[in-house]
Amino acid sequence: MAKVHVATTINGDAVEFLCEADETLLDVLRDELHLTGSKEGCGSGDCGACSVMLDGRLVCACLVLGAELGGRAVETIENMADGEVLHPLQRKFLEHAALQCGVCTPGILVAAKALLDKNPEPSETEVRYWLAGNLCRCTGYDKIVRAVLDAAGEMRGELTHAE
Amino acid sequence: MPNDVKTGSLAPDKKLKWVGTRPLRPDGVDKVTGRAKFGADFSLPGMLIGKVLRSPHPHARIKSIDTSKAEVLPGVKAVVTRDDFHDMESEFVPAGEMLVNYRDMVRNVMAREKVLYDGHAVAAVAATSNAVAKRALKLIEVDYEPLPHVIDVLEAMEPDAPLLHEDMITAGVEPAPDKPSNVAKVVEFAIGDVEAGFAQAEVIVERTFQTKPVHQAYIEPHACVASVSEDGQAELWCTTQGHYVVRGHCARLLGMDVSKIRVTASEIGGGFGGKTVVYLEPLALALSAKACRPVKMVMSRDEVFRASGPTSGAHMRIKVGATKDGRITAAEADLKYQAGAFQGSPVQPGAMCAFAPYDLENVKVVGYDVVTNRPKVAAYRAPGAPISEYAVECVIDELARKLGLDPIDFRLANAAKEGTRAAYGPKFGPIGLVETLQEAKAHPHYTAPLGPDQGRGVASGFWFNIGGETCAALNINEDGTAALMIGTPDIGGSRASLCMMAAEELGIDLDRIRPIIADTSSLGYTFLTGGSRVTFASGMATIDAAQDAVRQLCERAAKIWEIPSDAVEWEDGYAKPAGANAGDFEPMSLAEVAKVAGKTGGPIVGHAQINAQGAGPSFGTHIVDVEVDRETGRVTVVRYTVVQDAGKAVHPAYVEGQYQGGAVQGIGWALNEEYIYGEDGRLENPGFLDYRIPVASDVPMIDTVIVEVPNPRHPYGVRGVGETPIVPPMAAITNALADALGIRFTELPMSPPKVLEAIGEAAAGG
Amino acid sequence: MRYEAPETLDAAVALLAGADGETRLLAGGTDLLVQLRAEMIEPALVVDVKRIPELCAIAAEDGGFRIGAAVTGAELGEHAALKAAWPGVVEAAELIGSTQIQGRATLGGNLCNASPAADSVPALIAAGATASIAGPHGRRQAPVEEIVTGPGETSLAKGEIVVSFLLPARPPHSSDAYLRFIPRTEMDIAVVGVGISLTLDESGTCGAARVVLGAVAERVLLVPEAAEALIGTAVDEAALARLGEAASAACRPIDDKRGTKEYRIKVAAVLARRAAQIALERARRN
Repeated sequence: MAKVHVATTINGDAVEFLCEADETLLDVLRDELHLTGSKEGCGSGDCGACSVMLDGRLVCACLVLGAELGGRAVETIENMADGEVLHPLQRKFLEHAALQCGVCTPGILVAAKALLDKNPEPSETEVRYWLAGNLCRCTGYDKIVRAVLDAAGEMRGELTHAE
Repeated sequence: MPNDVKTGSLAPDKKLKWVGTRPLRPDGVDKVTGRAKFGADFSLPGMLIGKVLRSPHPHARIKSIDTSKAEVLPGVKAVVTRDDFHDMESEFVPAGEMLVNYRDMVRNVMAREKVLYDGHAVAAVAATSNAVAKRALKLIEVDYEPLPHVIDVLEAMEPDAPLLHEDMITAGVEPAPDKPSNVAKVVEFAIGDVEAGFAQAEVIVERTFQTKPVHQAYIEPHACVASVSEDGQAELWCTTQGHYVVRGHCARLLGMDVSKIRVTASEIGGGFGGKTVVYLEPLALALSAKACRPVKMVMSRDEVFRASGPTSGAHMRIKVGATKDGRITAAEADLKYQAGAFQGSPVQPGAMCAFAPYDLENVKVVGYDVVTNRPKVAAYRAPGAPISEYAVECVIDELARKLGLDPIDFRLANAAKEGTRAAYGPKFGPIGLVETLQEAKAHPHYTAPLGPDQGRGVASGFWFNIGGETCAALNINEDGTAALMIGTPDIGGSRASLCMMAAEELGIDLDRIRPIIADTSSLGYTFLTGGSRVTFASGMATIDAAQDAVRQLCERAAKIWEIPSDAVEWEDGYAKPAGANAGDFEPMSLAEVAKVAGKTGGPIVGHAQINAQGAGPSFGTHIVDVEVDRETGRVTVVRYTVVQDAGKAVHPAYVEGQYQGGAVQGIGWALNEEYIYGEDGRLENPGFLDYRIPVASDVPMIDTVIVEVPNPRHPYGVRGVGETPIVPPMAAITNALADALGIRFTELPMSPPKVLEAIGEAAAGG
Repeated sequence: MRYEAPETLDAAVALLAGADGETRLLAGGTDLLVQLRAEMIEPALVVDVKRIPELCAIAAEDGGFRIGAAVTGAELGEHAALKAAWPGVVEAAELIGSTQIQGRATLGGNLCNASPAADSVPALIAAGATASIAGPHGRRQAPVEEIVTGPGETSLAKGEIVVSFLLPARPPHSSDAYLRFIPRTEMDIAVVGVGISLTLDESGTCGAARVVLGAVAERVLLVPEAAEALIGTAVDEAALARLGEAASAACRPIDDKRGTKEYRIKVAAVLARRAAQIALERARRN
């Protein structure tokens, strides 16, 4: 079977690639484009470690076919910092020690950014439910939730400080 | 302020600049930008993809394996089976908290005579693509003779149970049984006279408990890339808690010299003990050697659940007696742990820990290590302890209530303290159980009002912690910065805490020290990240290496000043003339000494190679509030507080993280996590959909109190903290449910159907 | 496997009708990609329907709403008017999986995957939704309850595609609700699901109701006996008790890794009562 030719936009750059019809967006990102920041924890949409934005929607890259991407736009963790300036969420995750092993972190950051873009002032409960699709086995979620709430506050221009 | 640090009286007299603060971790930016390279993130030119064919049977004899069709499939470059691995003699080798046996290990990585569980590896292929490798697996013909299987631990102990190993004679029994069985070993720890102790008891509680196997469920699946050259030199990149251990295992399994295998640990996406053994690594090396090309292997989540180690499920009987004034007179436990397909369950540490929190005169614990047709268990966070201590802490709680005593007071009346002889042998040095109980009792959580259908429970927990063989090197760079090389993979922020200790000793700023996890050929043998040993043991090695560097720095300054080296002292990053020479010379900074090192004797490198002794045990006490939906059986954890002794919290934020993460893993173990097998002996829930680890919306904030009773054997008082937090939650939640419902649950997980059924039975007067 | 993404319904129908071997429609892909990866299915052709405008739109129609079969849960949740009219349908769709799944999962996919535990299906059936189906022989309309016939099986003929769902106009004092039980708070498949739609008259008496159970049989069940327990009552305690009994009586569940028979039967009654109370509160406000 001939491979599918796809022309798409990844992190703002025009990208072309060839993929098998059954290869996922995650396969394409990691294996074809060498963007390994999106992780595969399950391959079935249950862990969220491959969270990316597809046309402005938060999705699991493991549940999107590479072949679907023609004319679409994908944003990954690799595009979250603005040059050398970290996104407030990235910074707050470091300040709050909101990661231990760090393998779920890229997916959680992408998901958290999608939340704050949509809801700049989420409650703790809203953060927890929004991130329910992002499994973390190390932290118990406490510091993750605090970091997201703190970043939201800072992005709203409120004075906050890490504990 | 939910998170408190309570410093004990033995705090070091030295003023600390870095230790005890919360700086950013040195590997942090890589991990928030996606740059950090985990196990599956490595690639090499010409790399092949390796995949494993796994048994669909829980138990079957392998009559034949025909790989001929797979071998001729275009794109297939190598196939390996049992024929590619030499058999090994039975030999138990200590591996930290567990023992390994190479005869079993070679059979676990690739089935030999039989397959022993659903998911057992039978063959592996390396091909030019994932798709070709998958097609090749389908072309391998395995002729199985299915055999009866046994999944449950009690059934496996029945005389007529299907035998996994026809030659297994129970060890630890006198006289040795004349017939084989699935019981690999019986262990016993006893002090005093339990019969006499129970005779003195005025109240006795005896119950049986069951737990299910639960998986470490790290988010990153096992992964590696192996590259073996034509002359047999091997490079291996893998996600592991111990790359030196991986090197040793692979060398043994493949008959290679240790020097020929260089292992580099990738960033590791969680392990919790599950990445202390080898699965894919020897297969990838064998495939690469055969294909003469690099081979990458990554497990799917399904493979992780089916073929890598969960911890044991167990069946336990616990009996504890006490006098009316609350003194425990005797304690007894029978522990039957299932080991999976090969012997080596953590029943021994489970037996040792069972009553460790208590100062008891009469104790008897008997443990059974039982094989079943399940994946071989691997270490999981305080291996064995959460199981036995769960059962004991439930009985302790019930006994306290029967005696009309506050459960914390009852524990305090019987708590182990400095000088207590533990049932498993040693006398405790300074330990912090009493302090954690006192802090828990004083915590506002303990007396906060409860809502309707809510209950509160407490439980304590213990874990030994370990030290062990450890190296560190500290290169002082020519500009006064430093590179710290350590051999323990950083699983949760240890590079930060180790650099903090180095900065403290050198007296330079933290950001001037760059840490790396050295590969196995760059630094001496270092035991794995496990046993809560990294901040303790790699910390001691780091401190030693830094002090070695400081000695050299002082010598160089002495040389420049032409005074004896013992007349130079190191203070806040400066060499200063001391004693008779005090004030004679301008102090020299580390950077100034380093700059001229070439002229004063060459590079300055601090080294340490130690076998760290004196890991202080860590005790914790947890408080939990639950709320029960009486109509659906749903249990919600509404408030949680962890109090634990850290000795000294080097980086308190990462200590809190260990407490919080352990508590939430324990919540999962208590309420929803379990391996579910069908009648056919196949695992029914090998995925995160139905193996239900807690999600963010399942849990509340986890409050923490760090108690600091310094460990006298560590320069800063450090104890390991990573494992103890998973010990108390299951009992604490069970005890909270008893408080809420008046029902004593004796089986994990306490999933909604079980809770609703128990509520129904209680209502019916059952 | 071949991948096609036609831009018209006719082209999609022609592709499906003309294909040899196994074919699958790709909408959100949240079930399909999992099945592909697990090699549960090995289709020769996958037809992506997300480039067909008719499948991706929400529009007002006849006082109600027409929802494209490939509209995502997230889009449904963002449609204020739809959410106000059919809160039960929207909350059911929004319960399917995580936020990430919500960005992809669709009503059409949830229905045609034909799982008895599909969250949106009880709500759609309770709502009296009609599916509009395109096929080689033209269009047909069918009540949603007629589409799924058993686990993984539908009444759709070769080449047929569910294009959209019509949710009817709402009389005054009407509303709906969907509740499910899962062991965790998120990320699980329903152990029991209950969708209820009801209409009150001016006096507050229930004039019409539909009660639908998920995950308690081989397919989603419309339970008229349960609805009758509500109709003609003020949805009081006695009526709710009868509703619960009727819901339990209709269950014919299995024991599996997600729950036991007994558990499902008991919890169906609990959720039916709770869902009815939510629907009642909502209807009173309308």
